[in-house]
Amino acid sequence: MSLSSKRTAEDHPLTWRLRDDEQPVWLEEYRQREGYIGVEKALAMHPDEVVAQVKDAGLRGRGGAGFPTGLKWSLMPKDESMNIRYMICNADEMEPGTYKDRLLMEQMPHLLVEGMIIAAHAIKAYRGYIFLRGEYVEAAENLRKAIEEAKQAGLLGKDILGSGKDFELFVHTGAGRYICGEETALINSLEGRRANPRSKPPFPAVSGAWGKPTCVNNVESICNVPGILNRGVDWYQGITTNGSKDCGTKLMGFSGRVNNPGLWELPMGTTARQILEDYAGGMKAGLDLKTWQPGGAGTDFLLPEHLDLPMDFEHIQKAGSRLGTALAMAVDNKINMVSLVRNLETFFARESCGWCTPCRDGLPWSVKILMAIENGEGQPGDIETLEQLCRSLGPGNTFCAHAPGAVEPLQSAINYFRSEFEAGITGQANNLREIRGIQPNQQ
Amino acid sequence: MSQSIEIITVSDDDFILNDADAQAIEHEKHHYEYPRAASIEALKIVQKRHGWVPDGAIKAIAGLLGIPASDIEGVATFYSQIYRQPVGKHIIRYCDSVVCHITGFEEIVDELEKQLQIKPGQTTADNRFTLLPTCCLGNCDKGPTMMVNDDTHVRLQVATLSTILEQYQ
Repeated sequence: MSLSSKRTAEDHPLTWRLRDDEQPVWLEEYRQREGYIGVEKALAMHPDEVVAQVKDAGLRGRGGAGFPTGLKWSLMPKDESMNIRYMICNADEMEPGTYKDRLLMEQMPHLLVEGMIIAAHAIKAYRGYIFLRGEYVEAAENLRKAIEEAKQAGLLGKDILGSGKDFELFVHTGAGRYICGEETALINSLEGRRANPRSKPPFPAVSGAWGKPTCVNNVESICNVPGILNRGVDWYQGITTNGSKDCGTKLMGFSGRVNNPGLWELPMGTTARQILEDYAGGMKAGLDLKTWQPGGAGTDFLLPEHLDLPMDFEHIQKAGSRLGTALAMAVDNKINMVSLVRNLETFFARESCGWCTPCRDGLPWSVKILMAIENGEGQPGDIETLEQLCRSLGPGNTFCAHAPGAVEPLQSAINYFRSEFEAGITGQANNLREIRGIQPNQQ
Repeated sequence: MSQSIEIITVSDDDFILNDADAQAIEHEKHHYEYPRAASIEALKIVQKRHGWVPDGAIKAIAGLLGIPASDIEGVATFYSQIYRQPVGKHIIRYCDSVVCHITGFEEIVDELEKQLQIKPGQTTADNRFTLLPTCCLGNCDKGPTMMVNDDTHVRLQVATLSTILEQYQ
């Protein structure tokens, strides 16, 4: 991460401690720089007060869905007899185009550990797991070392800082498969099963890991918590810009063929144009921005005219997409949309867990059609079939959000760049049989 | 899970779980509510030493965790980073996700295929490399990118690939 301005704890709560040499910040340095003050403050409070503070701050989940974190915590059972509870950190960062949690875990492992302790106190968990993707080898090593340091310092284990609170924390590493990032699939995977999503309800807050109340939060969401405890609700709500209703900072970025692809901690509401032009240095010479995805592979494409929208949940949704992970991807004018979407759908088809039919069979079907169109061998009716697939795989037809996410870029690409799809259709109509069995959902 | 379960296996290989690995798996079991949760880690422990997971290891892990071998097999075949067939000494995992598509992973893979004389999913004749695609590796600002074993290589260029491969003999 390179930033021109100097970062402070007030305006860059996630990244102000990052070292110029990009080495991890270990316990001694972390504590010298306001580390674990959030834990001290939280442990002096009743768990319900901690939940209320995070709720009042308005922190929304940073994993992609944007569910309010405090609200998620408040859904844990009130019944005190349900005293075996788990706090899980979703560190299975695998969404194509996303590289934010890696930075936090590799260079600021104690921020995540501190957030986990506070979260565990709030939801009354006695044990926690950081579910980390297997490929993040350095993050695993650094988190394990940070946990060991925290244990030695009495910040983890029995009777944390003399408060009476017990909490033990483990790093659990995965073995591949994107679907593990889906929270109920993640729980199955943690239990040592195939990562198929579970039916909801019951939600994990009621019945999660091993049937016990469980809370699953994204790395960046949890890393926001120490700052909220340390500096309070008013401070947190003050971090916003361009009239955005969302607050706090967000790791945002631009990748693709831009001059300075990267990742920056910015206030919610920063416009995509600011990120692309001021931080990412604009498109590379000779290239123009054609379209962009605001927050990962599973978000609808937007057009250059949408660049001036504030990057927050509300505005990006109104434009027809989702903020997702807020790590945007620039698509330049040299990229063919059919080929790009074929790459995306190949990914989603490969990563489908195979549990439900629309996803397992529909996604490979879309890939087959897209490959034909890409090769100029598409047939009349193919685009309509793709559109039908977008509806059949949409929200409400599958167990989890994998297939609905997969069709978001497909439907928006057809919507905005239909002529590129039409260019791959041959004149010969030898596939005009009506395809029965797929019907639009609405109507 | 206290009942002993008869395990039927088609394997005739003579895999023996060594003591250190068995102990490591026993240790992992205690991090979880039930031993089953250690199944993925157990497979990774075996794979780390053996390179891949033979049938005999499935049976051995099942015995250690007290769950059916079919369940271990179900897990082993689900996860993409568990190998149920022999692989090369070094595993190349290249990112084939969307940002690397834009930054040009295809020509990197073409060059790897040319130099190694294999297609993705295959192992070189000398058992030195296995070439596999993988999900986005989270280096999208530095693509194209790949991992060789546990090492991450970024900003790949066709011209310098052979220098990278030479590091892995």
